[in-house]
Amino acid sequence: MDDVTSLAFLTSVLAAAIPAATAILYACLGELLCERAGILNLGVEGMMLMGALGGFAVTVWTDRAWLGALAALGIGAAFGALHAVLTVPIGANQVVSGLALTLFGAGLSAFLGRDLVGRAAPDSFGRLHVPLLGDLPELGPILFRQNALVYLSYALVPALWFFVYRTRPGLHLRALGENPGTADALGLPVAALRVAYVVAGGALAGLGGAVISLATNPGWTENVTAGRGYIAVALVIFAGWNPLRAAFGAYLFGAVEAGQFRLQGAGVPISSFFLNMLPYLFTVAALVLASRPAARRRIGAPAALGQAYVREERA
Amino acid sequence: MTRDAAPPAVEMRGITKRFGEVVANAGVDFAARSGEVHALVGENGAGKSTLMSVLTGLYRPDTGTVAIDGRPVRFRSPRDAIDAGIGMVHQHFTLVDSLTVAENVLLGRQGQGFRLDTSTVERELDALGERHGLRVDPRARIWQLSVGEQQRVEILRVLHRGARILILDEPTAVLTPREAAGLAAALRGLADEGLCVVFISHKLDEVLALADQVTVLRRGRSVGTVDAAATDRRSLARLMVGRELLPEDRRLTPTAGTPARETVLEVVGLRAEGDRGRPALDGVDLRVGAGESLGIAGVAGNGQRELAEVVTGLRRATAGRVVIGGQDLTNRSPRAVAAAGVAHIPEDRLATGLVGGLDLAANAILRGYRVRPLTRGPLLAGRAIARFTDRLLDANDVQAPGRSTPAGRLSGGNQQKLLLGRELDGRPRLVVAVHPARGVDVGATETIHRLLREQRAAGAATLLISEDLDELLALSDRIAVLFEGRVVGEVESATADHEQLGLLMAGVTGQPGTERAGFDGVPIGLAADG
Repeated sequence: MDDVTSLAFLTSVLAAAIPAATAILYACLGELLCERAGILNLGVEGMMLMGALGGFAVTVWTDRAWLGALAALGIGAAFGALHAVLTVPIGANQVVSGLALTLFGAGLSAFLGRDLVGRAAPDSFGRLHVPLLGDLPELGPILFRQNALVYLSYALVPALWFFVYRTRPGLHLRALGENPGTADALGLPVAALRVAYVVAGGALAGLGGAVISLATNPGWTENVTAGRGYIAVALVIFAGWNPLRAAFGAYLFGAVEAGQFRLQGAGVPISSFFLNMLPYLFTVAALVLASRPAARRRIGAPAALGQAYVREERA
Repeated sequence: MTRDAAPPAVEMRGITKRFGEVVANAGVDFAARSGEVHALVGENGAGKSTLMSVLTGLYRPDTGTVAIDGRPVRFRSPRDAIDAGIGMVHQHFTLVDSLTVAENVLLGRQGQGFRLDTSTVERELDALGERHGLRVDPRARIWQLSVGEQQRVEILRVLHRGARILILDEPTAVLTPREAAGLAAALRGLADEGLCVVFISHKLDEVLALADQVTVLRRGRSVGTVDAAATDRRSLARLMVGRELLPEDRRLTPTAGTPARETVLEVVGLRAEGDRGRPALDGVDLRVGAGESLGIAGVAGNGQRELAEVVTGLRRATAGRVVIGGQDLTNRSPRAVAAAGVAHIPEDRLATGLVGGLDLAANAILRGYRVRPLTRGPLLAGRAIARFTDRLLDANDVQAPGRSTPAGRLSGGNQQKLLLGRELDGRPRLVVAVHPARGVDVGATETIHRLLREQRAAGAATLLISEDLDELLALSDRIAVLFEGRVVGEVESATADHEQLGLLMAGVTGQPGTERAGFDGVPIGLAADG
């Protein structure tokens, strides 16, 4: 039995936390874009599953994991486009459309992936040891001996933060979710922008799925995401729609998940069923914290989240 | 070329716009020139806002043409109208609450690069505000600003975009008299600089004081454009409603011979928080007796809404007491308050008063459905409900196709009459009315005011919250002024005037050393003087 209080144990937990968090982080960033634009996407889970399957299948056919990751982006975007068409020009209920896409994605991926279950991955995103940085004590193994998709997410988080808060299109994005009527009156193409962000959000969810099937657990099994799509949706709320806080939330979640896994491995006498529950309990606790009146006042959801916008509609 | 020979800045011809079966504009003609202030007047539903929405590209007309500076244009979106130099200041501000002033101004401006350059815009806004007497802090977030300041932001945004044609939808509706005067000065200055200023209004005094030209709309048609200098209140009113108005509302005659009225509503040391958790009521004391009407004046956002909500049980009091008819009802449920005989005419009739998707019968019984004869055991009594509804519609002059019409389909005035009828049915002890005649036309306003007067005469106590000073003066015995959650003064209606109330509304109590600046800064009327 490992000493669960040693520094080495902590380092190994955190080193495992980062890749575990990355799948959720991508999905969470995608959902964040989508919700900032005012569209709720509960189809993330289905999009992650389709991305995971599509990414893995393309890797099996082409022997190239990066082609698989591109395919996952594309499949996620296609599902995003479906949600966008249903919810923006048609104005369908966003909750129903999202849930339908999750069910659809789960069923379709299970069906299409029958023959891929148990297949070994011909290629995957392995660990890349960053020169110098990877040799740092503790921080090196935690942050800089990870796979390429993790490094990409390191760049994406600050880039999205800058985009949302410091650029003109980011300002437009914030206005879209707060008050589409205003955005429209000011001459922004509300429908086109919303569609674009839902598609982008779907693509990121697909890539999040590929992180699982091509990097953390290369391969395919039915329902491999195990509810991470929903956790991503919850983390967006926890993050107050801020990309930096989304990363923080995702890594916390990753740490809980990796921690409970290692604790099981270390033979700690706590029921494994209880430990398996921990990440989900953590999500509930995070939501409770984020929903306190004080916190809610400070962060606040985009005011028009979930509402279809039709220009000439009169109350 | 002389000024008169130049083509008008705006020329609209034969504009028709339908919404389903409702014809909002039926062949409207409208023209306004650069350098003039042009008022567009008409009752609610006359088609003023629709016409301006066509001009700003929000709606596309079914037929008709629009020309700007003599050139025909066809706006396919608001962007086209903005590019043509048209700027709209909406009645319900179109600002994004969570963004700063500068960010709101930057929204929708194109061709300014990828990165947000807020500091340049902040400097430009400071300069623009200075020049036009419309100062506001460009770094403040919108939700921190008063309504008057938000309006300045709207105007600055339009000016910053270089608009030549400025359209304002009921710009003074939310302002104190003093702020309104400041706005008038700013608008006159803009017209003198050669802008074309169009404003929508139904306050005739303000139209006559401010406008050069007045165009009157009635039931979706233009009934004429007149020179403001060559007309008067009476003839404008006649054009607007198509008939002579009843004589001006006179003030109430004090209910004679009731020196020691029984106290119905007593509010002591009341404190409550607003939606954002900041103190909205800060120790309010009020007393209203039977047969007495107490008006509450104040600029929007000084605690009026919260006061009504706490009294009717919709918001928690953090301190203090609400006693109605001798019964302590502080923080009791809305049902308990209603059961104590309190009628509530809320601020937003479709949000808290009526259910828009339910039919008139369902709305009519929302208050009394739990008691006989409307209900029998667990079942609703259909026939009794039908009779009750018909009586309510009839007695309160609600014009509706039938009792199975959804309440949301009625016009604002008819909705309000239905709501009043329901709430005032069964002799309430206390009537809490918030902006009872807001957004309804002249005819419905008359009915609503009559109904409230009848309640007072029948011995009910009335708490009337309004931003319309004329309405307050006409319907209340006394007027208390709320400023930043406190009662800063109480006056007898019989002796009060606009000037005195306006100063109180701006927080000026007249006692040396206690004078405060307007909410969050200098009122615009003072900004120009420095």
